Amino acid sequence: MDQFDSTTQYVAVLKQPLWKLARVRRWIQNVSFHLGGVAMMAVQLAREARGRWETSEIIRQMDALGVQSISITSLTALFTGMVLALQTSYALAQFGGKLFVGRVVVLSICRELGPTLTALMVAARVGSGITAELGTMAVTEQVDAMRALGASPIRKLVLPRVVAVTVMLPVLTLLADFLGMVGGLFIAVVEVKVGASFYLSTVQQSVHLNDVLHGLFKTPFFGFEIAMIGCYNGLNASGGADGVGRATTIAVVVASIVVLMSDFFLTKLFLVLPLGLK
Amino acid sequence: MFSETAVMRFVRADRPAGAPIIEFKRVLKTYSSHRVLDEVDLTVRRGEVLVILGGSGTGKSVSLRHMNGLEQPDSGEVWVDGVEVSRLPEEELVAVRKKVGMLFQGGALFDSMTVFENIAFALREHTRWSEEQITARVGEVLGFVNLGRDVEQLLPSSLSGGMKKRVSLARTVALKPEILLYDEPTTGLDPVTGMTINRLIVDLNERLATTSVVVTHDIVSALFVADRIAFLQNGRFVFIGTPEEARASEVPDLHAFLVAGESREMSTSKGGPL
Repeated sequence: MDQFDSTTQYVAVLKQPLWKLARVRRWIQNVSFHLGGVAMMAVQLAREARGRWETSEIIRQMDALGVQSISITSLTALFTGMVLALQTSYALAQFGGKLFVGRVVVLSICRELGPTLTALMVAARVGSGITAELGTMAVTEQVDAMRALGASPIRKLVLPRVVAVTVMLPVLTLLADFLGMVGGLFIAVVEVKVGASFYLSTVQQSVHLNDVLHGLFKTPFFGFEIAMIGCYNGLNASGGADGVGRATTIAVVVASIVVLMSDFFLTKLFLVLPLGLK
Repeated sequence: MFSETAVMRFVRADRPAGAPIIEFKRVLKTYSSHRVLDEVDLTVRRGEVLVILGGSGTGKSVSLRHMNGLEQPDSGEVWVDGVEVSRLPEEELVAVRKKVGMLFQGGALFDSMTVFENIAFALREHTRWSEEQITARVGEVLGFVNLGRDVEQLLPSSLSGGMKKRVSLARTVALKPEILLYDEPTTGLDPVTGMTINRLIVDLNERLATTSVVVTHDIVSALFVADRIAFLQNGRFVFIGTPEEARASEVPDLHAFLVAGESREMSTSKGGPL
């Protein structure tokens, strides 16, 4: 009898049109509201960017958000290069192509894994940090105090962070590309028994500047997205420590998803546009 | 060398005391269909200390935040010194906000900056003063709130609640505002420190020739600082008048406030030593 009841309930739910399902509707509302809010903040930022820039604050943020992220992004790249060499050498061995491990590792790192993994690590470290900091300022009325003193939180807080992350992410990615290659080289020499000079010569032959630029050109977009999403969620946090915690989680989740989605579209765009980045 | 008091009185001499400086005209503000301010009218007169009194969650702070454009009404008008601020975009509110200083409930000091940087913030933002001029002004306003230069390099996290409020007050007056808004200035402070803040409110209002609006649910503080009291209940000002008129009022909740307050009123008088 119980089973019959639950089945009829399921059928009743499934018969409802999709838009009537409260969860789906709420999710769509939330996503639209979020993206709309970030877009509106971007418009405001573009307007404020015409005014005076806080150079010293930008440099401070470049250090806090960029330079201090070097260790985490470098470690990620190093181990990604190492594990990629292990996996590809295993796969290539089946076709007798073990010697070309360098080519596969470095191409994968430069074109895709370097930029994306660096962006994801920055989204986790920097995105959460920005949201937590600005969120705490918002719930303790510091952002309102700034407005009440006649200063713009967009210019004083958002602009320096967005500029810093947008500028620093390509630098971190370049370093990650290099360290990914070094990680691959280490495993190639120690585990796969490919000579270092051979590894480097296959890399030199097969990896071109275009491959590096293809990956690198995506990163300012990623940096902009991460910083904007972090700032938006921070400035709109409410409800004390609980609210800041919730905003931080949302910021990291949204920033990570947006990085991965925009990665696809940017890659497609760079392949289609005649920029010489194929 | 003229004192600031003399200069400010001279500068503001052409503006008659008692004329309206802030006006609410049928201001409506709703949050999730709850009418926090229900088409209220209110006039703040130049030079006075107006206290907005009411229970928790009655919309006192919301009404204060309309006076410098931090909130905008759903309908109605808010006029500040001849400017309608309720429809102004954020950029155009800057000019108004330079004239209207606000003290926040928790002080709202920027916790990544030192006391000096906090106070200098608005000066660096809105003036082209040299560092020497800024340093001199920071020392001067710290003096207004009875703090020495020794606190300048401290971070807000190392200050007590009362000191935070005083530094915040110094930051608020640094740019010489004409209107001072106080959001729950004595909340969370012990009675003695609270009374120090009350005296500062009265003293600064006289010394700097400003107009002050104080939001509080602390009846002792209200009776001490107020020239007039406005009692907010269910989204409307059900009483506006002098403290004496408030005592004689028959508004039941205001009467309850006064009875509760007078039972713990301290034997201090307005204008006593700081």
